[in-house]
Amino acid sequence: MLQPISVNMASLNLSTLSPMLVVVGGALLILIIDLLKKNLDKSLYVTLSILILFVDFGATLSLGINQRGFFDVMLIDGISVVSQLLILIASMLFIPLALTQKRFHEYSYPEYFALFLFMVAGFQFMVATDNLILIFVGLETASLALYTLIAMHNTPGSHEAAIKYFTLGAMAAGFFVMGAAAIYAVTGAVELYDVAKVMQARMSEPGILVPVIGGALLMMVAIGFKVSLIPFHLWTPDVYEGSSAPMAGYMSIVPKITMMVVAMRLLGLYVDMGVEPVRWMIIALAVVTMTLSNMMALVQEDVKRMLAYSSISHAGFVMAALALDTTKAYSSIFLYYTLFLFTNLGAFAMLWISRHKGQTYHSRFHHPYEKFAGLIHTSPQGAVIMAIFMLSLTGVPPFSLFWGKLYVISATVDAGYLWLAIVMAINSAIAAYYYLKLIVYMFLKPPAPGIEAVGINSSKPLVVIVGISVTVTALSVFIMQPLLSYISYMVSVSGY
Amino acid sequence: MENILSVLIFFPLIAALLGILVKKETIRVYGLTVAAIEFLLSLWLWFAFDPANSGFQFIEYVPLVSDFGINYYLGVDGISLFIVIMAALITLIGIISLGEVKDLKNMIISLLLLETAMVGVFVSLDAIVFYLFWEFSLVPMLYIIGYWGGEKRLYAAIKFFLYTFAGSLIMLVGMLYIAYVYQSVAGVWSFSLTDWYALVLPISVQKWLFWAFFLGFAIKVPMFPFHTWLPYAHGQAPTVGSVILAAVLLKMGTYGFVRFSLPLFPDAAVAYIVPVGVIALMMIIYTAMVAYAQKDMKQVIAYSSISHMGVIVLGTFAMNAVGITGSIFLMLSHGIVSGALFLLVGVIYDRRHTKLMSEFGGLASVMPRYAVVFGIMLMASVGLPLTIGFVGEYLSLAGFFRVAPVMTLVGGTSIILGAVYMLSLYKKTFFGPVTKEENKKLFDLNGRELTALIPLVAIVIWLGVYPKPVLVPIDNSVKALVSFMQEKAQTPEAKAIIHVSTSSKEAK
Repeated sequence: MLQPISVNMASLNLSTLSPMLVVVGGALLILIIDLLKKNLDKSLYVTLSILILFVDFGATLSLGINQRGFFDVMLIDGISVVSQLLILIASMLFIPLALTQKRFHEYSYPEYFALFLFMVAGFQFMVATDNLILIFVGLETASLALYTLIAMHNTPGSHEAAIKYFTLGAMAAGFFVMGAAAIYAVTGAVELYDVAKVMQARMSEPGILVPVIGGALLMMVAIGFKVSLIPFHLWTPDVYEGSSAPMAGYMSIVPKITMMVVAMRLLGLYVDMGVEPVRWMIIALAVVTMTLSNMMALVQEDVKRMLAYSSISHAGFVMAALALDTTKAYSSIFLYYTLFLFTNLGAFAMLWISRHKGQTYHSRFHHPYEKFAGLIHTSPQGAVIMAIFMLSLTGVPPFSLFWGKLYVISATVDAGYLWLAIVMAINSAIAAYYYLKLIVYMFLKPPAPGIEAVGINSSKPLVVIVGISVTVTALSVFIMQPLLSYISYMVSVSGY
Repeated sequence: MENILSVLIFFPLIAALLGILVKKETIRVYGLTVAAIEFLLSLWLWFAFDPANSGFQFIEYVPLVSDFGINYYLGVDGISLFIVIMAALITLIGIISLGEVKDLKNMIISLLLLETAMVGVFVSLDAIVFYLFWEFSLVPMLYIIGYWGGEKRLYAAIKFFLYTFAGSLIMLVGMLYIAYVYQSVAGVWSFSLTDWYALVLPISVQKWLFWAFFLGFAIKVPMFPFHTWLPYAHGQAPTVGSVILAAVLLKMGTYGFVRFSLPLFPDAAVAYIVPVGVIALMMIIYTAMVAYAQKDMKQVIAYSSISHMGVIVLGTFAMNAVGITGSIFLMLSHGIVSGALFLLVGVIYDRRHTKLMSEFGGLASVMPRYAVVFGIMLMASVGLPLTIGFVGEYLSLAGFFRVAPVMTLVGGTSIILGAVYMLSLYKKTFFGPVTKEENKKLFDLNGRELTALIPLVAIVIWLGVYPKPVLVPIDNSVKALVSFMQEKAQTPEAKAIIHVSTSSKEAK
C-alpha cells in the first residue's frame, strides 16, 4: 500500500530555485511578446535580456549560503553562488554585443534571446546542484540551446561548427551518463554527498578501486570534452572559428566555468578521499593540455583559432589547480576565471568589431594576423586595447591575468607541487610568443594595402563593453583585495 | 615631500599618458621638459637623502592585496639611490640625443613609460611590485626595438622579450615559494623584502632558490651562456634603445643579485662563489675576444658591455663590502660610459648609416671634437685611472681578490683585453689617412649632440677624480647589508668569507 506523501511547501525551499525561475520566466516572456507583436527590433530583446539577467543577478545575490531545496536536489553553497554570478556577469556582457553596426542573421529572431536565457538557466542548474541527474539535465538544456545558437549564425562555417559541437557534445553527454551509472552502481546514490559517504565506507573493500576509478575516468572524459582538455579538444578551434566571435568568447568562459564547478564537486570528491590515481590523471591531463595546446597555438595563422587554442591552454592551467584540493586552489580557479572572463570576452569582442562580411582578407580565415598589421596607424585605440588584452593573456603585470596566474601558481607551490609550478611558468613563457605575435603585427608591421576596414562593425554598445573589459583588465590590481576575500570566503564556507 | 618615490614613479607615467594629447610638433619639447623635471626630482631625492643612514629611507607602505600580503612598499637606500638618479639622467640624455626619427611622439611616450618601470624596479621593496615593474619594462622596450630598429628588428625584439620573460617566470615561482615559507613560519602572507630578510631559510632550500633567482637575473645581466639575446637587441635597437638598455635595463639584473640573492640566500651565495665566478670569467674573457673579432662598431661596444658586466658580477660575489661597493659603483660607471659609447656610435651612424669600422678611418682629422669625446669614453671604458671606470673596476677586483686571488688575476685580463679591442677600434676608426671620400665632409658634433655628451664627460671625469660623494652612501648601505648577511649566514665557511670591516679606507 503506497503511503501518501505530504509535501510541505516550506520544506521545498523554493527560493533556491528563484534565479532559474526568473530567467526561464523571462525567456517565456520574450516568446510571448514575439507572439503578440511581430517584427520588433533586436534592441528591445537585448535590453529585456539584460534586465532579466539583472533580476536574476539580484535573486542569486540574495540567496542564503549553504541551504538545500526542492527535495534536497538544489544545493546553494558558496561556489554555486559565485559561479552563478560569474555566469550572469559574462552573459550580461555578452548580450549587448548583438547590437552591432552590421546586421546579422541570428539577432533578427527573438528566439535567439529566449534560447540564450534558457541556456543560462541550464548553466545555473548545473552549478546549483550536486545531484548527478539534475547536473545532466542542466547540461543538456544548456548544450542543446548552445548548439542552436551557434547554428543560427547561418554561415556554412557555423553549420559545420554546430554539427561538430553537437556530435561530440552528445558523445560527451553519453560518457557523463555512463560515468553516473558507474557511480550509481558502486554507491547506489546519485546525490554526491551520499556518494561520498558510501564510497568512503566501501573504500577498504578489495577490488573496489576498479569501478571507482572507472567511473571517475568516464566522468573525466565528459568533463574533458566540455572544458576542452587535450585529447578531447578537437572540436574547439573549428567550433570557435565557425561561430560568431562573441559566441566563441562566451563559449571559452561560461560552459567551462560550469563544467569546472561540476568537476570540483565530482572529482574533488575523489581527490578529497585520497584516490591518488584520479589526482594524477587530473595533473597529467592539465600538463598535457597546457603544453600541447601552446605548441599548437604557436603555428596558427588565424587570431580566432589562436585564441581558441589559448583558451584550451588556460583551461589546462586552471585544471591543474583542481588536483590540489586546498581552499586556495579552489579559490584560485574562480579568481582566474573572473579575470579571464573580462580579458577574453574583451579580446573576442575586438574580433567582433573587426568582423567583415565577405572574405576580403584571406581565402581561408576571417581573422588572419595580416588583417591586424599596422593597426596602430589605422586605429590606435583599437591597437592599444587589443594589446592590453594580449598582454593580460600573456600574464604581464599589472594586467589582470597576471594576478590570476600568480594565485594559481602560488596555490600550486603551497600544495607542494613545485615541478608543476615550474611547468606552468614555462608554459606561460611559451604562450607569450603567440600573444606577442599579434602585438608585433599590430604595432611593428606596416599596414597591408587594402585593409582599412578593421573597425567596420563597431557601435556604441560594443565600445562600452570593450571599455568595461579593458578597464577591469588594466586596473584589476585595485579590485584584487575585495575579489580575493569574497571568493575565498565563499569557497571556504562551501567546505572546499 | 615624504612620498617623493611615488612621485618619481608616477610622474613619467602620467606624463606619458598626457603625452597622447600633445601635438606632434611640440612633443620633443614636452619630452625634454618632462625628463628634465624627473631628473631634477631625482636630484632632490639625493639632496633630501641622509647619507649617514644606511637603511631604507622615504618608505611608503600601502596595502594592495592584504589577504595575500602584497603591499605597495617603496624605499630607497644608498644602493639604489644613484641607480635611480642614473636612470633619470640617462632617459633625459636619451631624449636630448633623439634625432629625426619617425613617429617621435610614440617614441617619447614609450621612453617615459620605460622610465616609470625603471624607477619602479629600483625602489620597490615588495617582491611582487618589483616583479610588476620588472616585467612591465619589457613592453616599451619591445616596442622601441621592434619599431625603430634595424633590419632584423622583429627577431631581436621578440627574442629579447621571450628570453627575459621566461627567466623571470622561474624567478616568480621562487618568489612564491619564499612567500609560502614565510607564511608557514609567520602565519601571514608577505612579499615585503624586509620581512623576507628576517627569514632564515634551510641551506638546501636556499640552494635551489638561488638558482631560480639566478636564472631570472642572469638572463637580464646577461650572463654567459644566456647572453645571446643582447648582441641582437643592441645590433637592431635604435641608438636611444641601446643607450637605455645598456645603461639601465641590464643593471636590473645585477641590482637583483645585490637586493635579493645575497641577503636572502647568503649561504647559497657563498657556496656558489666558484661556479658563478667561473661563469663571470667566461663572460669577461669570451665576450672580450668576441668583441675583438667584430667588424661593426656597435657590436664591439655591445660585447664590451657584456664583458664589463662580468666584472660587476665578480664584485657582487666578492661577499665583502669593498667588492659590493665597487660593483655598485661600476654599475653606475658602466651605465654612464656604455650609454655614452652607444650615443657616440649613434652619432656616426646618423651621418653615414653604417657602423662598420672598415668604412671609416682618419675620423680624428675630420671630426676632432667627436674623436676627443670618444677617446675619453673609451679610456673610461678600459678603466684608466682618474676616469669613472677605474674606481669601480678596481674596487670590484680588489674585493674579489680577498676571496679568490687566482680567479681575480684572470678577471684582471678584462682591463688588458678591453684595452686591446677598444684601442684597435679607435685606431681603425679615427687614425690613419681618410680613405673614403664620403668621410671627408662629415660634420663634427652639433649642439644637440654636445648637450647630450658633455654632461656625461663631466661626470666621467668628476667621479673618476673624486668619487667620494657617491661612494660614501653606497658604502654605508653595503656595509649594513654585508654585516646583516654575516649575521644571518648559518655555515661557518659563509661567516668566514662574508667580510664587513675590511674596507679599503679602514685598512689604512
